[in-house]
Amino acid sequence: MTISVLAIDDSRTMRGMLAQALENAGFEVALAEDGQQGLDKLEDSQPDVVITDINMPRLDGFGFIKGVRGQSRLRGLPILILTTESSPALKARARDAGATGWIVKPFDEGKLVSAIHKVVVR
Amino acid sequence: MDNNVAVDIHQSREIVAFHVADQGFCIDIGYVREIRGWTPTTVLPHAPDYVKGMMNLRGTVLPVVDLSLRLGLGVTNPSPRHVIIIVMLDERMVGLLVEAVSDILNLPHDDMKPTPDVASGATRNFIEGVFTIEDKMIRAIDVARILPARQGHTTC
Amino acid sequence: MSGSADLREGFFQECEDLLEALADGLNAMDDGTADAEVVNAVFRTVHSIKGGAGAFGLETLVSFAHAFENVLDDVRAGTVSVSPEMLAVFYKSSDRLADLVEAANSGEENAPSQDDALIEELRQLGGGTGEDEEVSPDDFEAIGFALELPEVNDLPELEGDGKSEFEIRFTPKKELYANGNDAALLIRALKDLGELEITADLSEVPVLSEMEWDEPSVSWHLRLITDENQSDIREVFEFVEDQCALEIIRIDEGADSLPDISDFMQVQEDNPPVFLPPISPESPTVISADTRADIEGISIFGKKAEKKVTATKTTIRVDLERVDRLINIVGEMVISEAMLTQSVSEMSLQSGNQVEAAMAQLKQLSSELQESVMAIRAQPVKPLFQRMSRIVREAAQETGKAAKFETIGDTVEVDKTVIERLADPLTHMIRNAVDHGLEETEFRIAAGKPAQGTVTLSAAHRSGRVVIELSDDGAGVNRDKVRSLAIKKGLIPDDADLADTEIDNLLFLPGFSTNDVVSNMSGRGVGMDVVKSEIRALGGRVVIHSSPGSGTTVSISLPLTLAVLEGMVVQAAGETVVVPTSALRETVRADEAGVQVLGSDDLVMSSHGELVPVLDLGACLGYREMPQDFSGLTLLLIENENGRRTAVAVDQVFDQREVVIKGLETNYGFIPGIAAATILGDGRIALIVDTDQLHPVTSLHHHEVGASSKGVLNNG
Repeated sequence: MTISVLAIDDSRTMRGMLAQALENAGFEVALAEDGQQGLDKLEDSQPDVVITDINMPRLDGFGFIKGVRGQSRLRGLPILILTTESSPALKARARDAGATGWIVKPFDEGKLVSAIHKVVVR
Repeated sequence: MDNNVAVDIHQSREIVAFHVADQGFCIDIGYVREIRGWTPTTVLPHAPDYVKGMMNLRGTVLPVVDLSLRLGLGVTNPSPRHVIIIVMLDERMVGLLVEAVSDILNLPHDDMKPTPDVASGATRNFIEGVFTIEDKMIRAIDVARILPARQGHTTC
Repeated sequence: MSGSADLREGFFQECEDLLEALADGLNAMDDGTADAEVVNAVFRTVHSIKGGAGAFGLETLVSFAHAFENVLDDVRAGTVSVSPEMLAVFYKSSDRLADLVEAANSGEENAPSQDDALIEELRQLGGGTGEDEEVSPDDFEAIGFALELPEVNDLPELEGDGKSEFEIRFTPKKELYANGNDAALLIRALKDLGELEITADLSEVPVLSEMEWDEPSVSWHLRLITDENQSDIREVFEFVEDQCALEIIRIDEGADSLPDISDFMQVQEDNPPVFLPPISPESPTVISADTRADIEGISIFGKKAEKKVTATKTTIRVDLERVDRLINIVGEMVISEAMLTQSVSEMSLQSGNQVEAAMAQLKQLSSELQESVMAIRAQPVKPLFQRMSRIVREAAQETGKAAKFETIGDTVEVDKTVIERLADPLTHMIRNAVDHGLEETEFRIAAGKPAQGTVTLSAAHRSGRVVIELSDDGAGVNRDKVRSLAIKKGLIPDDADLADTEIDNLLFLPGFSTNDVVSNMSGRGVGMDVVKSEIRALGGRVVIHSSPGSGTTVSISLPLTLAVLEGMVVQAAGETVVVPTSALRETVRADEAGVQVLGSDDLVMSSHGELVPVLDLGACLGYREMPQDFSGLTLLLIENENGRRTAVAVDQVFDQREVVIKGLETNYGFIPGIAAATILGDGRIALIVDTDQLHPVTSLHHHEVGASSKGVLNNG
């Protein structure tokens, strides 16, 4: 079964890159422009995993995760955050917020795929 | 387009030969966009006399030059048998009114000889050289020079 | 890969938007209306540019954006507060960022400079913490976005030697599951590393009645024989480091026969529901009514967080070439429609017939179609206006004046080409406004004005045209000086009797270099005549209004689109010509107008109690001599931007219609008195008259365009 990914980033370029890399790797892709839209799109896109940027207008990545984890049905949904830094502090913060894992930017297709496979059943 | 011209200069060049005032002329085929029959033009105010007017080429408006007058060989009274050669140079499209197109030839570049001194001043200005084919002289026109001077924003 | 090229182009397009948002944010910070979200948004724009730049390997851009971002991060975090000096550096940095983006886009990116003064300035601004918390630019590995084959499948080759054996004890905590991780996946990932022996330790599993459903109680004992080293194994647990108890011990025994993994997997399957976490994460198959409520709860929260963000419009990006092709086709269609209408009318069908009704509808539809297509090219002037704020800053710095820039109506939309071609004239105008318009600070204070001058750029729609105005609150045009200079340069006669607006508009005369007026800005001797000719090339007009002591306004009036124009089709000296209706006030039969000779040879007519000069269009265009007798001719009363009126005689008036504008500049050049050409219904070309240039209103106009028409008048 195709794994479906919801990718959330406020940067059009990043969304384009995510979509291209993920589709190339054979995933089904849905896109959202910020955390709020991400929450709105959960129902339609039924993702197996979410990849989200942190700093976004309206609702940021952490807010998005909080919104997801607050819903009993979505508690186990794997969420990977996109980050430019890989500092232990940020990782701790991400984990505290409920992120499943992270992908350090800049990413390539290989990085994306291996990160996704770490958190989603193939 | 300019590239083609540059390459041809070193080997051979393909030219379009035509008649103006009963004399043989040619231009490099690289400049030629298409060849059309004469259609009436719209007269331009404050234009040089050799600019016949503006024509409509499928929605593009371009000036038509009376090549004979431009070369100092007298005014052309165009008829439907006359031909307009559409040339393009640096994004600029201009029609050249000639009597008839006679041939398309492939000539070695070395065959072009300097313009003989006997040619009249007005003609010589616009000729870059001369080909001789079977005793007939074909003058190669310098397209960049033949086009009407770009009309600037200077006032009259 | 072409996809990457598209993405790259997309990135630069996005950069434009981001830079625009950055400028907005800085302006808000400048005028004190910025709240935390604005500061956050400013940070985000720079951050996004850095992110994209990193993906495309644009190192110079990355390293500058990084330095900029760091300071903004401190501002965002509240560790430093924004001072005016800091804001000045931010503006400069925003300009630099724009330059770097442009350089990168044109492929002219230079290597990051080691001693960049601006980066240094940004570093100085950073809060006390100073140090980069993030990766330094050097570590910011620029991976080209090459979409090559993924390397995830490069599994370690299983060879006999070089293998090590590890014992792994792994006890997940509940946070591991809460964050969406899954012990089964981690175990599977280990299995990918080599041969794995799995034992579930169920000793801690309580009896069913005491079970806490979200408290995991299974531990795993794993033995792994692999080529990989310990850090590779830790890598598997990267996401769950402090969400589990993890012990990895290298035991390095010889790899003897291992029980089949499936035996151990069997253990799992025998006892699945009690202690095993679900193999697949719970996917949100159905969202129940109460989860929907959750989502809405978040929505409300989200709405509160941002009240100013406007709804995102759905847009697509289209290659401009496609739009232009569409516009051309529609233009041709309008011409065909006109041809058809003409043919039909020549058939002299009886009125009320179906063909004419259908033609009327076709005409309506094609003109609507044309309007809609033109609208595609329309864009807000905002990015243009924002670029101008930089010009104001730079000009203010060069002249040592304090200048504030304000914009009005930046949502007004204008044809994309017009916007692009307005940048140069506006730049000249703004430099002039700051340099010549605004007074030196001490004079301003002496005149009781605020020390800081204001330059205002505005856009508005006015009667089918776009009007763009640049105003300054300076001293106004020094008319005495302009007048005497014009006389000195021989541009006007010594005894010229000029109205104030006429003097102001002398500034547009060629050769009237603004440098001579009051210039301080050396090397910027751009005359307003260049501005005027550029605006005219766009089918626009430009005038100056000035009031002494309180400022100058330069007003540009432009057509909404470069592609069509409403015109009166007339005949002049046998030629078909189009006169734009925008300037047309009324038409009068010459026989009824009472044309008189004034003075020696000037013809005038009386209109609404005013004497109006009379010209012959055919004569102006050099088609014929000035007619001796105007009987049978029609007079078009036209009015220029200054409100001056002129009567222009034509043989007859055909009809009023929308015509497609065909420029003459590319293939021919500028023709005095002619704005452009169009193609008529029969395929022939008609010239479109530039009514402004037919005005021998003042000696100014005589000098500029009137030589031929004046000459003709003298002959007549």
